Amino acid sequence: MTEAPVIEPVIEVQDLVTHFGDRIILKGITLAVRPGEILVIMGGSGSGKSTLLNHLLGLLVPTSGRVHILGQDINRISGQALSELRQKTGVAFQGGALFSSMSVLDNIMLPLIEHTHLDRMTMEIMARMKMEVVSLAGFDALMPAELSGGMIKRAALARAIVMDPRILFCDEPSAGLDPVVAAQIDDLILLLRDAMQMSVVVVTHELESAFKIADRICVLDQGEVLALGTVEEIRANPNTRIQNLLNRRIEEAELDPEEYLRRLTGQSSTKEGP
Amino acid sequence: MDKVGRATAEGVAEVGLAGTLLFQALGWTLWGWRRRQPVRLSAVFVQGMEVGIKALPIVTILSVTIGAMLAIQGIYSLSAFGAESQVTLGVALSVTREFAPLITGILVAGRSGSALAARLGTMKINQEIDALVVMGINPVRFLVAPALLGTLVMLPALTIWADFIALLGAGMYVSVELGMSLSAYTDELISLLKVNDVLHGLGKSALFAVLIVLVGVVNGASVTGGAEGVGRMTTRSVVHAISAIVITDMIFAFVLTRS
Repeated sequence: MTEAPVIEPVIEVQDLVTHFGDRIILKGITLAVRPGEILVIMGGSGSGKSTLLNHLLGLLVPTSGRVHILGQDINRISGQALSELRQKTGVAFQGGALFSSMSVLDNIMLPLIEHTHLDRMTMEIMARMKMEVVSLAGFDALMPAELSGGMIKRAALARAIVMDPRILFCDEPSAGLDPVVAAQIDDLILLLRDAMQMSVVVVTHELESAFKIADRICVLDQGEVLALGTVEEIRANPNTRIQNLLNRRIEEAELDPEEYLRRLTGQSSTKEGP
Repeated sequence: MDKVGRATAEGVAEVGLAGTLLFQALGWTLWGWRRRQPVRLSAVFVQGMEVGIKALPIVTILSVTIGAMLAIQGIYSLSAFGAESQVTLGVALSVTREFAPLITGILVAGRSGSALAARLGTMKINQEIDALVVMGINPVRFLVAPALLGTLVMLPALTIWADFIALLGAGMYVSVELGMSLSAYTDELISLLKVNDVLHGLGKSALFAVLIVLVGVVNGASVTGGAEGVGRMTTRSVVHAISAIVITDMIFAFVLTRS
């Protein structure tokens, strides 16, 4: 990649606010992803990280705020432009989201079939090249149901990168895998970034994996960005909530007896505090 | 009151969704190639195989049975007037205008409408629909349009087949019971049946095809809550599709026979 004089971020999120019904989920998220970096979005369950990812993917429409991918506002551009933009991004979903009616090879080839006019032989070769990258060579004909958890994640990665995207999104790439396989997936993400100069956004709650692969970490908590910085900056951050998260300490909830009683009797009026 | 209001609002929303999906699916079919996202003929073919060809055995069995049943009942009720020989007219009209499209529609709703709802529902909870969207592949173009086109071709085709088989079934019973030869029965059928009667049935079956697919898709798309949700919506889609078919059938018959 050539060094541009001014480095434009590949992803830019500004003041993103979103609600599910009356409940506020994201409270004004602002962040940017630089070209060629691995940004890890970290946070506990319910921190809003999956919701943020869905916004980055354009699967949800925000209440307010903007999401720019490769310089385009994904909530403003036409369906056609969005479809073309999506060919420059790849997504590996948490559960793989492989199409269960198609073989592994057909799954990986699908973006090529739908978006290019290559002949089948060429597409098969391109798909098999990506399968080599993720060490799935020779598993062409298997159906997704016949794959192990680690293989599903790797197949999903292969499908995500088959179009050589500029941005790769990974949702919990190593969750639910044994430590060895999880480490393999982490190495694979690093390899993909180094070999193909992709920008990578990883959503995870696995600390070990986050520290290993991240260039920068964004810590999300209760819909807010608690901290955004390099691994060292995050480790050194004095914020107690971050330190609790890093050291796996349980947060002590402050107990207000009156509020507690109101909750028990079902009369709690406000679910949300600022 | 609150519940009733909410249920009504949901019902209206579902009909709206169905209408939108129908227009989008037709739009992709006609103009998808212009946006370089054509509806694949191979996908339509796969759906057609699934909806049509694989349903042939069961449609055949039920059509023979229905034909014979109509002949039995027809002869029985006409014998009250000593007019058994008129059974051919009754059978010919009721098979082509009513029973063939209705039975075929109900069968396909049970076989394919439910399968469609289950497939889409499973795809939704596995994030496969999301995966399509983020790949830049429109799910309506990729999943709904082929199912709609496949069913729209195969359901009327199955209905024609059911017409033939049911009339054959009736003919076999009539020839044994009334001692009428099959060729005489056929000649009588040809002179009695109008193209209009067959078209009446085929028109209905095309409508049923649209209903089955839309009900299946809307229910599949509304699945929430895992495997149990898929099961619930699949059952719901069969019940809704069959109800929609029967009600539409009555309205269609009412409008067209009175004008």
